[in-house]
Amino acid sequence: MGLLIKGGRVLDPAHGIDEVMDILIEGDRIAETGKLAKSKGHEAIDASGKLVVPGLIDMHCHLREPGFEYKEDIASGTRAAAAGGFTTVCCMPNTSPINDNRSVTEFILTQAASAGHCRVIPIGAITKGSAGAELTEMGDLADAGCLAFSDDGKPVMTAEMMRRALEYSKTFGKAIISHCEDMSLSAGGVMHEGAASTRLGLKGIPSAAEEVMVARDIALARLTGGRLHIAHVSTEGSVGLIRRAKKDGIRITAETCPHYFTLTDEDVLAYNTNLKVNPPLRAARDTQAVMKGLADGTLDVIATDHAPHAASEKQVEFDLAPFGISGFETAFALSIQLVHAGRLSLMELIKKFTVNPAWALGIELPSLGTGSRADVTIIDLELKRTVDPAAMLSKGKNTAFAGMKLKGWPVETIVAGRRITG
Amino acid sequence: MPKVKAQVMNKEAIDRALVRIAHEILERNKGIEGLALVGIRTGGVHLARRLAENISKIEGVDVPLGALDVTMYRDDLSSRKKEKPLGKTDVPFDVKDLTIVLVDDVLFTGRTIRAALDSLMDLGRPKQIQLAVLLDRGHKELPITADYVGKNVPTSHKEAVKVVLSEKDGEDQVVILEIEDGD
Amino acid sequence: MPLKNKDLLGIEQLDRAEIEHIIATAESLKEVSTRDIKKVPALRGRTIINLFYEPSTRTRTSFELAGKRLSADVLNISVSTSSVVKGETLLDTAMNIEAMNSDIIIIRHSMSGAPDILARQLKSSVINAGDGFHEHPTQALLDLFTIKEHLGGTDGIKVAIIGDIAHSRVARSNIICLKKMGAEVRVCGPATLIPLGIENMGVKVFYRPEDALDGVDVIMMLRMQLERQGKGLFPGIREYSRFFGLNGDRVKLAKKGALIMHPGPINRGVEIAPDVADGPYSVILEQVTNGVAVRMAVLYLLSEGRA
Repeated sequence: MGLLIKGGRVLDPAHGIDEVMDILIEGDRIAETGKLAKSKGHEAIDASGKLVVPGLIDMHCHLREPGFEYKEDIASGTRAAAAGGFTTVCCMPNTSPINDNRSVTEFILTQAASAGHCRVIPIGAITKGSAGAELTEMGDLADAGCLAFSDDGKPVMTAEMMRRALEYSKTFGKAIISHCEDMSLSAGGVMHEGAASTRLGLKGIPSAAEEVMVARDIALARLTGGRLHIAHVSTEGSVGLIRRAKKDGIRITAETCPHYFTLTDEDVLAYNTNLKVNPPLRAARDTQAVMKGLADGTLDVIATDHAPHAASEKQVEFDLAPFGISGFETAFALSIQLVHAGRLSLMELIKKFTVNPAWALGIELPSLGTGSRADVTIIDLELKRTVDPAAMLSKGKNTAFAGMKLKGWPVETIVAGRRITG
Repeated sequence: MPKVKAQVMNKEAIDRALVRIAHEILERNKGIEGLALVGIRTGGVHLARRLAENISKIEGVDVPLGALDVTMYRDDLSSRKKEKPLGKTDVPFDVKDLTIVLVDDVLFTGRTIRAALDSLMDLGRPKQIQLAVLLDRGHKELPITADYVGKNVPTSHKEAVKVVLSEKDGEDQVVILEIEDGD
Repeated sequence: MPLKNKDLLGIEQLDRAEIEHIIATAESLKEVSTRDIKKVPALRGRTIINLFYEPSTRTRTSFELAGKRLSADVLNISVSTSSVVKGETLLDTAMNIEAMNSDIIIIRHSMSGAPDILARQLKSSVINAGDGFHEHPTQALLDLFTIKEHLGGTDGIKVAIIGDIAHSRVARSNIICLKKMGAEVRVCGPATLIPLGIENMGVKVFYRPEDALDGVDVIMMLRMQLERQGKGLFPGIREYSRFFGLNGDRVKLAKKGALIMHPGPINRGVEIAPDVADGPYSVILEQVTNGVAVRMAVLYLLSEGRA
C-alpha cells in the first residue's frame, strides 16, 4: 500500500522541474512520478491546486533538549517543525549539557528516533562548552552524527580560535556555522542601536557588532579555505560583505531568518518582549538589503532560528527577557510573502528551504525523483490564516507575528513516507 | 441644547435683590466691623464683588473680598463624568475671628456649601459663617439654609437654573431650563 | 477634558492640551502648600503606593507629600531587599499590591519599560517615576511649570540640555515635552554620551557647550553619574568638568537672565559651579517646590472620574 500524491504542481529544484504531476511513495522512498493512474490499494492525497515540494530543511533551530525541556523538547519541537512544513531540522548545541561530545549527540539522535516527528540533524559545538578555548573532538562528533559545527548563541570571540576551527573542520568536510557578534560592542544591548532604541531608552546592539565579525570570518575563510556559513544575517553591511566575498570566490554560504525581512526595530512598540531577538530586528534599510540579498543569491538559505521560551520568561522587563522568537510554524508562510510581493520567484524561494541548505551542509540534495527519500511538503498557496499563539504546537508561544494575516501555508508534511500532519 | 422655560429674574430684579441683601447683611451684623465677603467659584465670585461694591457705597468703607475654589472639597470625585476645571483660592486676609459671608449664585442640594465650609475652615477659624445666595431653588440634601436669599423659586429635578451675569455673559438674568436626556 | 489614559507612563502619550491642563491644575494646587493646613480632602481614602526599585529620596518624598496633601493614604515600598531577593517578578509584586486594593501605583525602576508591564496588567493607575533611560514624565512637567512661571510661554524659546544625554530619562522626557510645547531644544555632551539617532527626536546636537549655549533662554544641566567613568565613556571628572561644566563664563553666552535648571542632586564643581548653582538665576530649588504641586495635579487628574 503506497501513498499517492495526485495532481499537485511539483517543484523539484534539484532537477529544475516545475510541472503538474503525481508522486507515488512506497515505504520511505519515492517509487514513481509522472501522470500515474490511481492504482487500487494506494492511499491518495488530492494535491490539485497545491504546491508539492521536497521536504523543507531548517538548518538552524533550538530544540532545547537536553536540559531546557520546559521551553521545548525534541518531541514538541519536531511536531511544531512538521506543522511548519519541515521534514529535517538541524538543532544547535547550546543545550545543557552542551552538545560538545558524543554522548549528547547520541542522546539527541536516540530521542529523535523514538519521539521525533521529523528528521533531526545535530550540530556539534566548535569549542568545548562553547567557551571558545579548546576545539571539540570534531571527528568523533561527526562520526556520531553531527553534520556541522557551531557555538551558536555565542560567537567564537578570538580570531585565532576561529581560524583553527575553519582549518580543522576541513579534515571532516563539515561547515563551521558562525554566530557573528562582537560581544564587546553588543554587551548589555537588547535591541538594534538606532533612533528607536534611543527613544525607548534601551541599550542598543550596533550593526557593527555583526559586521566586524562577518568581515573577520571572511578573512579567515580566505586564509584557511575552510567551509564557512554565516548564521542569521541581519544587516545591510553584512549582506554587502558577503556579496563581495562570494564575488572574490571565497567558499561561504549565508542564511537569514524571516523576522529580518518582515519586521524592523520600529516594530518594538510598548516593550513587546516577543520581538526581542539576537541579532536584533534592524532598521528598514537593513530589511531591504536582506531581501535584495535573498533575491540576488547572496543569502542562500532561509532558516528559522526557532528559539522557544516559556511564557513566564518573556513576561518580564525588556532588559531581563531572554532573546528568541518561536519560528517553526510561521517561517514558510512569512517567506512566501516575498513571492507574493514579487521580490523572489517561487522556485528561488523553495531552493532557500531545500537544496541550498543541503548544499551548505554538504548533504545529499533533496529531490522528488524516483529513489529519493520520501520527504515531501505540500503547500496551499491560497490558504489564508491569522497567526494565533494559542494554536501553536511548540511549547514556546513567543511568536513575533501574533495577529498577522498571511496567505500561503504548508498543509501536509510527509517524513520518510509517513504522513505527519494534514 | 436645553430649552429656556422661563425667566425668573431680569436685570432690575437682580440689582434690587443685591441692594436689599447688602442692607440685610449690614443690619444683621450691625455694620461693617469684622465682616468679609467670600465668593464661591465660579458662580458666586462676581456676585460677591457686586455685593462688596454695594456695601462700600452704603458704608463708605471697603469690605474685604475673597474667592474660594471648592473643587478639592467636593464629594463627587470618582463619579464625575465631566471634569471640573480647577480654579485658585484667593483669600488675601486672615479669616480668624471674622464674620465671613459666603456668596453663591444658586443654592440647590447644599453640597457645594458643605464643601465651601470645609474649605474655609482649613484656612482658619472664622467667628461666624453666613450664607448669601441669589436664588434658592429647593431640593436640599443637607441641613443647610441661606441667611440671605435674593429669590425663592421652587423647581423640579428636570429643570436647571442658569444665572447669567454681564461680567461673563454680557447680560443679566436668571432663567429656568428644561433638561433633556443627554444634557 | 480629563487625561485620556488611566496611566502616566511618559510625556510621549500626552498631547499639548493635556500637558497644559496638568500645568494649569498644578498652578491652582501650588497654593495648598503655602497654607498652615497643607491639606485638601480631594483624595481622602485613596491608596497610593510608591513602588521604588531604585533608591530615591527626592522623588519619593515629593510624591509622598503630594499624595498626603491631597489626604490620600501613601505607602512606600523600597524593593531593594525583600521580594526581589526572594526572586519575585515585578508583575507578581505589583499584582500582590493591587490585591490590597491600591488606587495608584507609582513606580521607579532601573529598566526601561517596567511601568508599561504594570500598566498593561493592572487596573490601578500607574505613574512612571523614572524607568531606566526611558522617561521621567513628572520631572519634565515640573521643569515646564518652572519655565512657564518665569518666561510666561514656551513657543520659540531655546533650551540647552547639557550632560550625559544617552543615559538620561530626564533629558528624553524634557525633549519630548518641550518639543510638544513649541520650544527649540539643543543637546550637548561628549559624543560618547550622545545616543545614536537622537536627531530624530527633533533636537540639534552639539559637542561643545560654547556652541550649544549661544542665546538660549534655559540651561538644563544633567547630573554626571560618576559610575559611567569606569565604562570607558569619558576619561574623568576633571576633563568633563573643564569642558562641559557650567561656570560663570559659560553662563554669559546664554541670554541675560537665562534660567539655570538641574533635576538634582547636583554634583557641585562637576557639572555645575557652586556660584552658578546658588546664583540669582538658578531655579533649582523652585523646581523642587513645583514638583510637589505638579505631582499633586497628576494624582488628582488621574483620580478624577475613576472609582
